[in-house]
Amino acid sequence: MTTAVNQAMVEKYKGNFLKEVTDNVEEGNWVKMCMQCGVCSGSCPLGPHWDHPPQELFMMIRANKRDEVLSSTSMWMCTSCYNCVARCPRGLPITHIMHGLAHYGKRMGMKPKNQPTEKFGQMFWDNLIKKGRVNELKLGLGLYFKDGFAEGLKVSMGKQKLGMNMMKAKRMSPMEMLGGHGVSDLSGFHAMLKKAEELEAARVGANTDAK
Amino acid sequence: MKIGGYLCTGCGIGDRLDTKSLESVAVREGRIGFCKTHDFLCSQAGVDMIKADMALEGDDQVTKAVIMACSRRAKTESFNFGAVPTARVNLREGVIWIRPEGSEHDETTQEMAADYIRMGCAEVKAMQQADASGEQGKNNHIMVVGGGITGMTAALEASKAGYYASIIEKSDRLGGVMGQLKQRQPEHSPFQNPQDTGVAALIAAVEADDKITVYLSSTIAKTAGAPGRFEVDIASTVGAGTHAEFGAIVQATGFTPYDANNLPEFSYGKSPNVVTQLELEALARAAGDGPIKRADGKVVENVVFVQCAGQRSTKEGHLSYCSGHCCATSIKQAMYFKDTNPDIETTVLFDDIRTPGAGGENFYRSAQDKFVTFRKGKVSTVDVKGNDLQVNFKDLILDEDAHMGADLVVLATGMLPNSGTDIDTMKDKDESGEVKVSVQSILNLNYRQGPDMPQLVNGFTDSHFICFPYETRRTGIYSAGPVRRPMDAAQAQTDAMGAVMKAIQAIENSAIGRAAHPRSGDLSFPSFRKEGCTQCKRCTVECPFGAIDENEKGYPQYNEARCRRCGTCMGACPVQVISFKNYSIETVGAQLKAVDVPDEFQEKPRILVLACENDAYPALDMAAMKRNESSAFIRVIPVRCLGSTNTIWIKDALGSGYDGVVMMGCKKGADYQCHFVKGSEMAHVRMAKIGDTLSTMNLEAERVAVHEVAITDIDRAPKLLDEMVAVINRVGLSPFKF
Repeated sequence: MTTAVNQAMVEKYKGNFLKEVTDNVEEGNWVKMCMQCGVCSGSCPLGPHWDHPPQELFMMIRANKRDEVLSSTSMWMCTSCYNCVARCPRGLPITHIMHGLAHYGKRMGMKPKNQPTEKFGQMFWDNLIKKGRVNELKLGLGLYFKDGFAEGLKVSMGKQKLGMNMMKAKRMSPMEMLGGHGVSDLSGFHAMLKKAEELEAARVGANTDAK
Repeated sequence: MKIGGYLCTGCGIGDRLDTKSLESVAVREGRIGFCKTHDFLCSQAGVDMIKADMALEGDDQVTKAVIMACSRRAKTESFNFGAVPTARVNLREGVIWIRPEGSEHDETTQEMAADYIRMGCAEVKAMQQADASGEQGKNNHIMVVGGGITGMTAALEASKAGYYASIIEKSDRLGGVMGQLKQRQPEHSPFQNPQDTGVAALIAAVEADDKITVYLSSTIAKTAGAPGRFEVDIASTVGAGTHAEFGAIVQATGFTPYDANNLPEFSYGKSPNVVTQLELEALARAAGDGPIKRADGKVVENVVFVQCAGQRSTKEGHLSYCSGHCCATSIKQAMYFKDTNPDIETTVLFDDIRTPGAGGENFYRSAQDKFVTFRKGKVSTVDVKGNDLQVNFKDLILDEDAHMGADLVVLATGMLPNSGTDIDTMKDKDESGEVKVSVQSILNLNYRQGPDMPQLVNGFTDSHFICFPYETRRTGIYSAGPVRRPMDAAQAQTDAMGAVMKAIQAIENSAIGRAAHPRSGDLSFPSFRKEGCTQCKRCTVECPFGAIDENEKGYPQYNEARCRRCGTCMGACPVQVISFKNYSIETVGAQLKAVDVPDEFQEKPRILVLACENDAYPALDMAAMKRNESSAFIRVIPVRCLGSTNTIWIKDALGSGYDGVVMMGCKKGADYQCHFVKGSEMAHVRMAKIGDTLSTMNLEAERVAVHEVAITDIDRAPKLLDEMVAVINRVGLSPFKF
């Protein structure tokens, strides 16, 4: 399914990736206004750990490097500290563009493999939509065991004291294992999410159909 | 005929100095008529007292005055007595503000004040009242050379101010380069879209103006004379020549586009689809409101702009400087395409985008908003691929080699000034391999120093970027527009207005014999004692402003209105025959000789300081305002420019027992700060040769020091004087004391 959408987008924009980003990425219309000063890259506290700092990502978009941008780990590394937004002389919402790019890359099925931020994001979302509230016990354990059973056991033992303290302080309940609490109108909540999904699919569809 | 001395005791002078004794120094040693004391000399009462003495009749009338008070840079209006030569003795900034209090210092401080009074009295005796030469003329007509937007704007501004203007244009129509453009960069908020060039409206305004005469297809065969009375022969390629007289000249001769044939790597000349910005304007004009087509008729769908083509480059044959307008021009031209069809791919490959001013910045944003793609990359080559082109470049952000196809490539080439020949720099140019633009002389000046204005760097006729933006080194001739420095249309028009205002100022000043800047209002001018002149021509050669010609007998011929009154000629003269009425070898020589030099057993050295009145002297004054302490052994004499320093003063000073000489002038060299361009440099050259004199006198070379001092060197200037005191302490007192 995702590859089909991806294919459709490639077909539609035919090498004008900047236009594709402008049309489809959240706040992507700002990318064209970048003047390549590099202040964002210089301000980013995680900059040295990225494949491509924001300035470079924006230039890659203009250079039509679609696959490299969408499969990049860079935008997943953004911690939303907003340093770049605060400093950008052109007022670009860089943090939002990063999240928009990450989201778009994922939707196009091009997310990087084994990206922990991406994994956690998905886990959080799956956890949340089940009951409308986050089940902390399950989310925590899921996070511990995401890299396999042995690794999970090791992490769990290490965090044992923290878990006990949280339980004592009533911040976490072992009873959550049995399903946990949720929102009062669960079916309404699910209907809402479904509607939102439909709306988004229609919007993306409109983009892909209008060739 | 009487010399009056007026001693002020205000500002603490009376508290720190023994004024009774100073009065007696003035009258007995200075040998002036009388010395009056006033406790507030610059007040109305004080000034009225002086004026009353000057209004007396017969032998009691005061015809020269010595004001012993504050620095000559303070209270200039109060102590301006018109036709009465006045010397200023600096007891405030020069003495009490730089000397520490306390009885142990009183003796040397008092000696300092007494010396300055002796110096002032000696100076005023050697001074004469300066008058206009009587040779000046007044002509309200301004010659504007060049009929582009700069020239037309200049002419219209002159007319608006009530003056007449003549435009001399070598081609057969007005408009210049701007007339070849489709549109120009916007001038007004919100700076989003290209706008009409306005050239047609300018031409109509010029033609409708009865104060403006236009000479088309004309050049200047000869320019003689001086500000206020220029005599010009105008040659015409289509008719008879004309002779006309002008008061001042504005040169707005613009630029020649850099020859893109020097850029074979970009396939210019190999493919008709590689064009310069100016050639694209022609394509855009031909297209009208329709799509822009290449030479072969194909509608352009993919255009690449190559910025800095042959500019900002150290390669041989390239221009080293930025031409300032090309980024905005490419932005404008990309909009020509985008505004007809937003789907046309327009890519600007830039190194740095430079769009000066808020208007330029907003225009750049507007282009980004229209999806003009900007990529930071350095273009290496452009390959011809059949009917199309491939641009090869290095992406400077992604740090990789890249290439892209294009229907049309537009090269942003630079500008070369049409500034005529320059005798000063011609030989340097040959050696450096710089690009030479062959422009025949434009003004054909009948000046001994050459036919055109001297150029500063890269052939531009700038002279002093910071202090005097429109000035050239030929008084009464101003340059405006891209001939002065690279610039865009809006800047050129502002420039034209500025230059015309200066031209009007020159007309008005020269009509009454007053100097142009920086000694604005000065009536003095150099003259020479013919019997002593050896016709060595040094004054003619060294005058930075071309003010001195030679007459048919080989004697210097002064053109007062061209003169800036710096005195560089006076400093140059090996036989000391050149002088101004109120500033001469004598006025300075008399001052330094009036100093009472103590004998060697008193161990009180004397150090002569010659300080440029534009920068060094104000710096010393300001140091005094900060109460920066200085030695009591210095005696400072302001000079108009260090270039006016004649070596005789140094010889006289050393011969009469001074222990050291410190000279302070402005920064010299290519990035000079000297207000008279070459004065400071000439002084350094002359003083480099004074070592021989010192060795024949058996004196140490370090007794003479020349420094570059800026007006901001408030703390450094007094330190330089302390350094000389330390040198004297080390090498010992002069053996020439008696």
